[in-house]
Amino acid sequence: MLKQISGSIAVAKAVALCRPEVVPCYPITPQTHIVEHLSTLVKSGELKNCTYENVESEFAAMSVCIGSSATGARSYTATASQGLLYMMEAVYNASGLGLPIVMTLGNRAIGAPINIWNDHSDAMSVRDAGWIQLFVENNQQAVDVHIQAFKLAEALSLPVMVNMDGFILTHAITRVDMPEQSQVDQFLPSFIPRQLLDTSAPLTIGAMVGPDAFTEVRYLAHEKQQQALSIIEKQARQFEEIFGRDSGGLVKSYDAESSDIVFVAMGSVVGTLQALASELREQGQSIGILSLRSFRPFPIKSIRNALKSAKQIIVFEKSFAVGMGGVLASEVHMATHGLHIKINSIIGGLGGRTITVKSLKNIVDLASKGELEHETFMDLDLETVEKEINRQRSEPSSGSTAENILRDMGVVSASKTH
Amino acid sequence: MFQIRIHGRGGQGVVSASELLSVAAFEEGKFSQSFPSFGSERMGAPVQAFARISDEAITIREPVMEPDMLIIQDPTLFNAINVFDGVKTGGYLLINSSKTPAELGIEEITSQFPEHHVMTIPATELALKYIKQPKPNTVLLGAFAAMSHMVQIPALEKAILGKFPSRIAKPNITATTAGYNLIMQKLEEAKEV
Amino acid sequence: MAKQGTNHQTVKFYQTGTFTVGNRLLDENYRTVQATQERCNTIDSGHRACQGCGQALGARYALDAAMRATNNKIIAANATGCLEVFTTPYPETAWNIPWIHSLFGNVASVASGIAASLKAKGDTETRVIAQGGDGGSTDIGFATLSGMFDRNDDVLYICYDNGGYMNTGVQRSSATPGGARTSTTMPVGDNPGSSFNTGKFLPAIAMAHEIPYVATASVHDLHDLERKVEKAMSFHGARYIQINVPCPLGWGSDPALTIKLARMGVESGLVPLFEAENGDLINSTKIRYRIPVEDYLQLQRRYSHILKPANQHQLASIRALADKNIKRYNLL
Repeated sequence: MLKQISGSIAVAKAVALCRPEVVPCYPITPQTHIVEHLSTLVKSGELKNCTYENVESEFAAMSVCIGSSATGARSYTATASQGLLYMMEAVYNASGLGLPIVMTLGNRAIGAPINIWNDHSDAMSVRDAGWIQLFVENNQQAVDVHIQAFKLAEALSLPVMVNMDGFILTHAITRVDMPEQSQVDQFLPSFIPRQLLDTSAPLTIGAMVGPDAFTEVRYLAHEKQQQALSIIEKQARQFEEIFGRDSGGLVKSYDAESSDIVFVAMGSVVGTLQALASELREQGQSIGILSLRSFRPFPIKSIRNALKSAKQIIVFEKSFAVGMGGVLASEVHMATHGLHIKINSIIGGLGGRTITVKSLKNIVDLASKGELEHETFMDLDLETVEKEINRQRSEPSSGSTAENILRDMGVVSASKTH
Repeated sequence: MFQIRIHGRGGQGVVSASELLSVAAFEEGKFSQSFPSFGSERMGAPVQAFARISDEAITIREPVMEPDMLIIQDPTLFNAINVFDGVKTGGYLLINSSKTPAELGIEEITSQFPEHHVMTIPATELALKYIKQPKPNTVLLGAFAAMSHMVQIPALEKAILGKFPSRIAKPNITATTAGYNLIMQKLEEAKEV
Repeated sequence: MAKQGTNHQTVKFYQTGTFTVGNRLLDENYRTVQATQERCNTIDSGHRACQGCGQALGARYALDAAMRATNNKIIAANATGCLEVFTTPYPETAWNIPWIHSLFGNVASVASGIAASLKAKGDTETRVIAQGGDGGSTDIGFATLSGMFDRNDDVLYICYDNGGYMNTGVQRSSATPGGARTSTTMPVGDNPGSSFNTGKFLPAIAMAHEIPYVATASVHDLHDLERKVEKAMSFHGARYIQINVPCPLGWGSDPALTIKLARMGVESGLVPLFEAENGDLINSTKIRYRIPVEDYLQLQRRYSHILKPANQHQLASIRALADKNIKRYNLL
């Protein structure tokens, strides 16, 4: 049924349709409306056979999920940024133990400095944790991919993280087609746990593994993600059959195979890139977009196939590895190794900085003229940055970097407080 | 695609206004998108909200940089921020005020808009009259409908009924209709001149 | 204070015991720190708190009192939350003291670190205050707070209790009173509002750690608040003060009634005011005239469902809680 609702509410409703049994939550901007709506659905009795818990921290939230999932309950939680970091130990634990927990990550920047706005630094911080990480471009996909996430998690016995851009998607009100319960039931059967804490058949979960077997156990986790590559595709087709939409899969190509310049990106920025592509098409220029819907497992083959005819690849990401460079860029490098295609890394939208069609167009212009740098921080205020660098060089007690920059950029008086 | 930017202060229902607008467009079978300028919004701080209406699916995510329609819920903002940034030539301007643009000191800007594209309406006063609260947003939505014809009153009614319980929705619908009628009347009078 | 004499009528000030009647009538020694022009304004004007914010009021009084007691030598650490957000809005700060914000759950540890550093440097004058809301203290920062208590680190921890995660949109914390509406404990279903028989009362937990000083205070009695803060600063070791701070937004109350609500919370018995040293209760503020809990609840929209006939049992639970507090903390 078509509705005009916020991404958060849509996701909460989608999760509810998946018949979760235990939902422990801790609020953090920008995920609050998801957990609030779920709490109301449970409390009002609309979502039955589900225990919703307000827990004391994100670490508790993931830990409760671990316990409930191991005892056979379909478990869900949501977090972002700082909250994800707070539960980090439990995040690794959940995938190491092979528990099919589904979690929404309302992508938000990680501090310090504290920032509540969107970027992908939180998702990147757990990319080695062994979770499946999926990205959605819009709220319809958010709904659809959450439904697929539960099925995927339970098929693999591996936790799945659905990444949706904080504020940009969570707080945007757009049209979504909410599935019917019957459709979801048809697609997603009851949870049959691969391992279960059950008094009638006791087993031990979480034993210590030493040097003699650790490598094999970890290799198997890697192997599971390779399996996920085909299962993700298969389930996306199954989903399309029942629901009529192509919402999942590993990648989505928007003219990538037939364009000289191809952007590679994840999440909501793909929407803005589509608007850019539209505008450029009217002016006779064509660009392609490759949207990565699965980040873990990283779909190397699909990426290679889509990009092999490109002359120039522009990787746009809202993240970077401090001291190294673009995270997605380096992974795309790895995936296209041997194809010898020029790759540019663009880092933009950090901490919620607006990504405009105008700025992206400028990138395309530079790329077309062969003037695009290898690595670009889009819309960087170089003057302010250089000021701070010089300040740090000349004064040993130059103060807090962030505060200095805010003083330079903002209307705050330069006088220091005593 | 028709793009709207709404300026106001926290607590005036700016975000709700853009939401209702997008729901009304949806009710008429159009694609629409609404989102606020995200920030630590507290009562009294300048806030912005954006809405887009189109016959085709909307993919773009950037804030509305070039609005076709600018709605100013609080005229004190003229001194605080540049609300007119990017407004399209040929665009519309709707201001919540009982004063004229000249009295507001913005005539230099408003004179650049096409005829009949700039309207002021005492929305807060009308709101106090119909909903007993100084929340001008629903009045302004009615006025928006009259100026732009991007949504109709029945759709706005449906949107309001969907968001508020009946006892709050009804006076808000009256307020919306009042805003609509007042603008239609002003347009008639202006065209007669 | 009464003036006696044939031509003068005895004047009885009802609130004399709290010294709230006109600072100007009081001896200078009895006036609040806020009454002096020499006050520090630790939290300067221009912060972005909501109208009627109890926390802004409480923090200002507490910090300025602490500054007076320590000759203006305080370093403060703050947890993520309303106080941190409204005092440091990009790109400004309201703080006139050295101040650090690290994370949501670690302010007690960060403060312990500051205290440890001062100790290592032989600085015995500079004192440390850690601040957080109820969510940051009683939930996500609980373990680190307990650690600070355990080590008896020389930190005064001030918890501003408004009964919920207000900054992120009024979600329930373990300090949310039973029955209260929050966005994650909505008034729907069989058990509207926050569940009863759940929750934590952090001052009692602090007492159980047998730290040198634990006190509860409220923003309606600012003299008492200042006195407790100044007393706390006369101790060394781990100290805990919890201040009752109404939140108009989260409570659904009139911003003009913040102080009145703070008083009513205490007078109803729901917010006990007391002091403890080394785990023993040493003093409690007696309720002068006890008020029915309904009088307090009806001024807050977060309790509007409680006052409906269908929820009589919840109202009874709230009354029972007030009774329990009165008995446990000798409030009458």
